[in-house]
Amino acid sequence: MREITYREAIREALREEMLRDERVFLMGEDIGVYGGCFKVTEGLMDEFGEDRVRDTPISEAGFTGLGVGAAMTGMRPVVEIMFGDFITIAMDQIVNQAAKIHYMSGGKVKVPLTVRTTLGAGRSSAAQHSQSLHAWFCHVPGLKVAIPSTPYDAKGLLKTAIRDDNPVVIFEDKMMYGLQGPVSEEEYLIPFGEAEVRREGGDLTIVATSSMVHTALAAAKTLSEQGVEAEVIDPRTLIPLDVGALVKSAMKTGRVILVDEGYQQYGVTGEIASVIYEGAFDYLDAPIRRIGAMNVPIPFSVPLEMATIPSAEEIVKAALGLLH
Amino acid sequence: MEIDGARMKEMYRQMVTIRRFEETVWDFYTRAMMPGLAHLYIGEEAVAVGACAAIRPDDLITSTHRGHGHCIAKGGDLGRMMAEILGKKTGYCQGKGGSTHIADLDLGILGAFGIVGAGIAPATGAALSAKMRRTDRVVLCFFGDGAANQGSFHESLNLAGLWKLPVVYVCENNLYGMTVAQSRAMPISDIAERASSYAMPGVVVDGQDVMAVYEAVREAVERARRGEGSTLIECKTYRFGGHHVGDPGTAYRTQDEIEYWKRKRDPTALFRRNLLDQGVMSEEEARVIEGEVEKVIEKAIEFAKESPFPALEEVSEHVFADKVGREK
Repeated sequence: MREITYREAIREALREEMLRDERVFLMGEDIGVYGGCFKVTEGLMDEFGEDRVRDTPISEAGFTGLGVGAAMTGMRPVVEIMFGDFITIAMDQIVNQAAKIHYMSGGKVKVPLTVRTTLGAGRSSAAQHSQSLHAWFCHVPGLKVAIPSTPYDAKGLLKTAIRDDNPVVIFEDKMMYGLQGPVSEEEYLIPFGEAEVRREGGDLTIVATSSMVHTALAAAKTLSEQGVEAEVIDPRTLIPLDVGALVKSAMKTGRVILVDEGYQQYGVTGEIASVIYEGAFDYLDAPIRRIGAMNVPIPFSVPLEMATIPSAEEIVKAALGLLH
Repeated sequence: MEIDGARMKEMYRQMVTIRRFEETVWDFYTRAMMPGLAHLYIGEEAVAVGACAAIRPDDLITSTHRGHGHCIAKGGDLGRMMAEILGKKTGYCQGKGGSTHIADLDLGILGAFGIVGAGIAPATGAALSAKMRRTDRVVLCFFGDGAANQGSFHESLNLAGLWKLPVVYVCENNLYGMTVAQSRAMPISDIAERASSYAMPGVVVDGQDVMAVYEAVREAVERARRGEGSTLIECKTYRFGGHHVGDPGTAYRTQDEIEYWKRKRDPTALFRRNLLDQGVMSEEEARVIEGEVEKVIEKAIEFAKESPFPALEEVSEHVFADKVGREK
């Protein structure tokens, strides 16, 4: 299978969906002429024109709200929020409007809005440009949340998101835009609510999201050298969450580590730990270990920043701790 | 769209309907027969009726927490509205939305938005959608003086002015954002002045004169339909009641002021007198209309009262739209 980058995979998804359905259009800051801060949308304005690839003023609440209204009236907008940290500005439109309009209207009005945004620290971008805030959206009934960890998943999940008649927030790890991976040339979609086992193993389960999947796989390699076989499982979507797959793995191994780049306090690992406890309690041989980003605003200084992000070493240490 | 005598009488009927509907809702609330809160449109009837008279059935409106008037003016069925307010299954939103979230796409009512100012951006997006789909449809966006200070107002008008979107912004300036007078919330008197910041015309209208509202909106709608972009229309109006039923509205407004508007600036009474004076409507015709409105409201009440609540299982329906678009 050919290999392309996470960035190219996302661009392909956007392009294919825009070719397939003229109702799909893009709005965001710097996405048009400049091709996007992370160059994801490069070439799309040339191909599809200014009408369908719209550079917006810096007004997240405004253009996200426009996305809501356009979605309510027959279009399928894809709004880009450049840094996940900026999504705070658009919270009312996403949480109070997009998420709730279908329910409040008794099922009459649909909001097929896709919000693409980023997460992930490690670029020395400091506290307001490095956060992973996906947990917030998982807390809101009416929103779906996707979190791809590979180019293959980024393309398949984004295509599904765009075709979904519900508001979807999809989190792209900005640290992975250059990551290469196999992506089928044939068209495919990845359904929501289906986790992927990235590595099989019988000694412990590591549930990881986004770039933490790769961190977990690196840890699994180290552990394997020490005779410990870890199963690495990637939920791919947090809402809907593939609880069955997570519970099944926990039942198999009896020991679980959860790794996510959101702040640890009240992060997605709390929810995932709970559903695993609820489904597999009698099968667990140890308490579930959670590893999130440190509960501090993300510092600028490189050694400090790197210390706040979950590492493979931390995972290995936690795993060995669980086994002894 | 010419307004002939028959049309004017229909507009009068609509104003009376809104007035009597809202008074009925008030009555229900004070007799503890309704849950939640209601924000009544009494005194503002000319704005909704005048504005909606200037658009087509396939044009869209967005409404607010004070939205019963908009829904009625856009053709809403009183029974289904009353049922929704009571939380019944037969309501416009199957009881799921309540007073502040009524929506009916068939009538072009995109929805009422319960967060002040939140509907302005979606309305603008609906206009973008209309333009992108090459229709000549227009969106009327209703909001109050309080909303004109929200970020979403400024961001939306900036986008509408920039992209020349077919949206007509109708600001219902009733001089108070809940309990805070406009003069204590913004340093200018005419919200329409803000239009120039967004490269669109700003028009101040007497919001108690239904024909003046109609004329201003009609002109703006035609502008939008010709592809010339948006307009901000500020209707100077007044709510006779408090912010919501239960708020007498007297803690922050003087009796003199309230009495002045009720006695001298009642839009429904003014229009009635106007039509009589012009010979467009006779006293008898007026009473017939008023009597018919009473009957329609009675039927609506009966319908709503006899309607069932939604079944408990419905609480978890409609969180998500059923079809996850695998097909186009």
